[in-house]
Amino acid sequence: MENLTFTQEVKPPDTKKGPVKWLKDNLFNTWYNTILTCLALVFLFFVFRGVLTWVFTQANWQVIPANLQIFSIGPYPLEQIWRVSYVIYGLAVLLGLSAGIWNGLTRQITVVIGCLGAIILLLPFATSIREQTLIATVILAVSFAIGRNKDNWKQWVVVGWVLSFPWTMMMLHGFGADTVSTTLWGGLLLTLILAAVGIVACFPLGVLLALGRRSQLPAIKWVSTVYIETVRGVPLIAILFMGNVLLPIFMAGDFQLDKVIRAMIALTLFSAAYMAENVRGGLQAIPQGQVEAAQAVGLTYPKATLFIVLPQALRAVIPAIVGQFISLFKDTSLVAIIGLLDLLGIGRSVLGNSEWTGLQAEVFLFIALIYFIFTYAMSHVSQKIEADLGVGKH
Amino acid sequence: MMEDNSPKVISDKIPFYRDIRFLKVFFQILFIIGIILLAVFLYSNMLNGLSKQGTELDLTFLNSEAGFELSEGIDFDPSETFLKAFWVGIVNTLKVSILGIFCATVIGFFFGIARLSSNWLIRQIASVYVECFRNIPLVLQIVFWYAIMLVLPGVGESISLFDSIFINVQGVYLPSLEGTAGLIPWVWYLLAGIILAIIVVLGLAAYRYFFQFRELHETDRPSFISNIIFGAKWVAAPIFLAVAIVGWFLTPEVPFELLQPELQRFGFVGGMNFSPEFTALLIGLAVYTSAFIAEVVRSGIQAVVKGQREAARSVGLKESQVLRLVVIPQAIPVIVPPLTSQYLNLAKNSSLAIFIGFPDLFQVGEIMMAQTGQSIPIFAMIMVSYLIMSLTTSAFMNWYNHRITRIGR
Amino acid sequence: MTENENITNDPIIICEDVHKWFDDFHVLKGITTTFKKGERAVICGPSGSGKSTFIRTINRLEEHQRGTIIVDGIELSNDLRNINLIRQEVGMVFQQFNLFPHLTNIKNITLGPIQVRKMSKKAAEEAALALLERMDIADQAYKYPAEISGGQQQRVAIARALAMEPKIMLFDEPTSALDPEMISEVLDVMRELAHSGMTMLVVTHEMGFAREVADRIMFFDEGVVIEEAAPADFFDNPQHERTKLFISQTLQH
Repeated sequence: MENLTFTQEVKPPDTKKGPVKWLKDNLFNTWYNTILTCLALVFLFFVFRGVLTWVFTQANWQVIPANLQIFSIGPYPLEQIWRVSYVIYGLAVLLGLSAGIWNGLTRQITVVIGCLGAIILLLPFATSIREQTLIATVILAVSFAIGRNKDNWKQWVVVGWVLSFPWTMMMLHGFGADTVSTTLWGGLLLTLILAAVGIVACFPLGVLLALGRRSQLPAIKWVSTVYIETVRGVPLIAILFMGNVLLPIFMAGDFQLDKVIRAMIALTLFSAAYMAENVRGGLQAIPQGQVEAAQAVGLTYPKATLFIVLPQALRAVIPAIVGQFISLFKDTSLVAIIGLLDLLGIGRSVLGNSEWTGLQAEVFLFIALIYFIFTYAMSHVSQKIEADLGVGKH
Repeated sequence: MMEDNSPKVISDKIPFYRDIRFLKVFFQILFIIGIILLAVFLYSNMLNGLSKQGTELDLTFLNSEAGFELSEGIDFDPSETFLKAFWVGIVNTLKVSILGIFCATVIGFFFGIARLSSNWLIRQIASVYVECFRNIPLVLQIVFWYAIMLVLPGVGESISLFDSIFINVQGVYLPSLEGTAGLIPWVWYLLAGIILAIIVVLGLAAYRYFFQFRELHETDRPSFISNIIFGAKWVAAPIFLAVAIVGWFLTPEVPFELLQPELQRFGFVGGMNFSPEFTALLIGLAVYTSAFIAEVVRSGIQAVVKGQREAARSVGLKESQVLRLVVIPQAIPVIVPPLTSQYLNLAKNSSLAIFIGFPDLFQVGEIMMAQTGQSIPIFAMIMVSYLIMSLTTSAFMNWYNHRITRIGR
Repeated sequence: MTENENITNDPIIICEDVHKWFDDFHVLKGITTTFKKGERAVICGPSGSGKSTFIRTINRLEEHQRGTIIVDGIELSNDLRNINLIRQEVGMVFQQFNLFPHLTNIKNITLGPIQVRKMSKKAAEEAALALLERMDIADQAYKYPAEISGGQQQRVAIARALAMEPKIMLFDEPTSALDPEMISEVLDVMRELAHSGMTMLVVTHEMGFAREVADRIMFFDEGVVIEEAAPADFFDNPQHERTKLFISQTLQH
């Protein structure tokens, strides 16, 4: 009976949709927008024509497939390349399992990486890494299938991720007589490792510095502040140089670290200051009431910090930390200046080869593309995380 | 404790190892001792390391002859001192930073506003620009622009814009403003204008403070400072401008002239010349930073929440007034702090000059290290130079933030 | 008004001439009072009168600068051990609940017992569930604080304080941040707690609750206790002008 009392549904007035309407609304809604659109189209035409002509007729892309392996691993010895493969397989297992267990973002990331693997398989010139890519992609898919809904594996997978880091380093370096010195690490491999080491190693130091800067004890507060502000006040390249030139002077005895380790130390000391500022932002966002409540149930300062303050602070700054990781990833390109063969360094050494001289634009654009793919993907992920954190706030 | 009827107080005397006041001091002393021990350890290591290298800490080298040439910057001769060379580096760093900041700001604001355009195509172009240049390492961009600079046409076939800007493999040639014989007299006129303005403003302020508002009670009376500001705004600026304009015509010669670069037998002469290194560095810094500035601008304007704009419209303001009176005044305080930190980043990033051999302060420092082996003092000089730059900027930032928060947002 | 059969003659909190300054602002101007074991005291007064600061000095969230506070025979001083001991004996409920948003409700409750009282995880969880049962929200145990209502959050907060088995409970305006319809569920829990014999110091504007439960009402103004009396005397026969004004203002609502 009640239904009868409803009046007939009122439709909203004329909501025409479709391409013409869209064009009208978004490109030609006012006279100045029409002019802007036309100017932009002319501009785009010339840019595209110029770029496409260069890319397809003038550029010599031979240099890329011919050096693909060098770009990916640098001078890493070929007979030891199985080490790299095993590292990738190990990471693929972990990633697949994680994607199976945690749905949502982890799964999306994994799918994207899986697709990337498939694309590499299809690339005509990537023959040298086709076999490894195939195995890695298959492992990823299989472990994804295994990991599905295995909620009780969570802890073990987390442990696995934690262990994956030292495992990767040991695997790449090898032990006993059969080692690959870090001086032979290069290319994208070195870039990724430097970035990973930088962000992982700077984390504890950064957290301590952030806590120190907010300490009530003036001595600790001032030392932390001076460290943070000094490091943030000077360019990374100066710190890399210092690591390279001064660290050997300051090291005790005859024991000397090699260049890659020195670069890692410099990157860690550098990013710790930035990490500290990020974490401090998170600490500041925590209401005083949280600390008071922790004190009221009898928690001491270290326990209140560990169980109440830090978990909340770190969760709040995950996007900032991802952002820092992105800029650290880009910043690793500076190690080329102290003679490391990261992506840029290896690019410059390829260009030094008489066979490929004069191909700067091609090589640099290729390297830029690799960086772009990684950083763009990461910033996309960070936006997703930010959105996710905003929704379920607990 | 339950069976005790009368409350007994646990010891009045606190053992020192449980006394918070003692513990606080104790931990700090312990911490400082730790830091000092670390410093001593590093210092003794340093002495050891230096003696092994056969060098000693010594600052006298700064006054000895440099013996190397610098490709650009203020005039420098190899027979001048290391200190002078370092100064040339500092000036070069400042030059590229200031020009870079100017360009990056202009480009960044342009793209930041373009990202908020109602035109879909413009929005897309702007975001492609931002995403591209912000996600590629700066050093890669700089070496890329440098590679481009080096394949430009030769001097004879220079690319010419409006017949006054010439681009070729030797860099960029621009017209320049040069002072003439009339410049010095004109500067005297300017000084006279400033002094006159100050005198008038002080006099006016004194008059207003001591006579005009004398009857008002202390709390209602405008302060002396605010009287000066009032005067500076309404009296000093017009006086100064008037003197400057009159002086311009009174000088025997027009104080400035525009010098066009001209092609002569050995290349262009006259005007300003940006070397390929400088140009590549400048483009790289400006473009990279502008992408970040665009984001700062965009999020700053978006931070002025929609509600504010709607409220402003509902009061009946026109679209242009909404932007001028409501959005921009609120967006500026949001934009300025991250903007300053981008400026600072640009200045620090100018050290990437070393990748393409532009003699900024870092590269000059590096050359000096190679020449003298005195890496520690030179590093200290480099660090202090950069620190002075960033600390001045942070000081400005703090002052600005303080001012903004006092006004109350 | 019910007679409090739990009240004893043993003093459990002794305050003598307690002073506190925030910079130059003299918040507490010499508070001298004694609370007995099992006593229920309601503290009221206009905002800024120092009442919250006063109960926060009792578990040393604020440090008093002059005078003595003795809680359960332990003097509050710069002795680290004493502060830790007292915080275990004194539970506190805040106006803004201050639940830990990153922990489930039950973990909020078990954190103290496990970390401070060194209880086993299992025993702590059993105790926590029993407390939640008592608070009538056992079904919310595994949710996060953000997923339950304000009244439920405040009850979790009370359970969190009770889990430490305190001898004294401090309530700092426990219902002020709640929507009106949720106030009674929190007051019910507090009433039940009062009847169980807990020593309670409650800062509140809920005069109905005060009249019904309190053994004593203390009226704070500008850092001093200007009037203290049993509820009947306090409401029906106030002595001070300030008190009269306050009562007439609060009872209008």
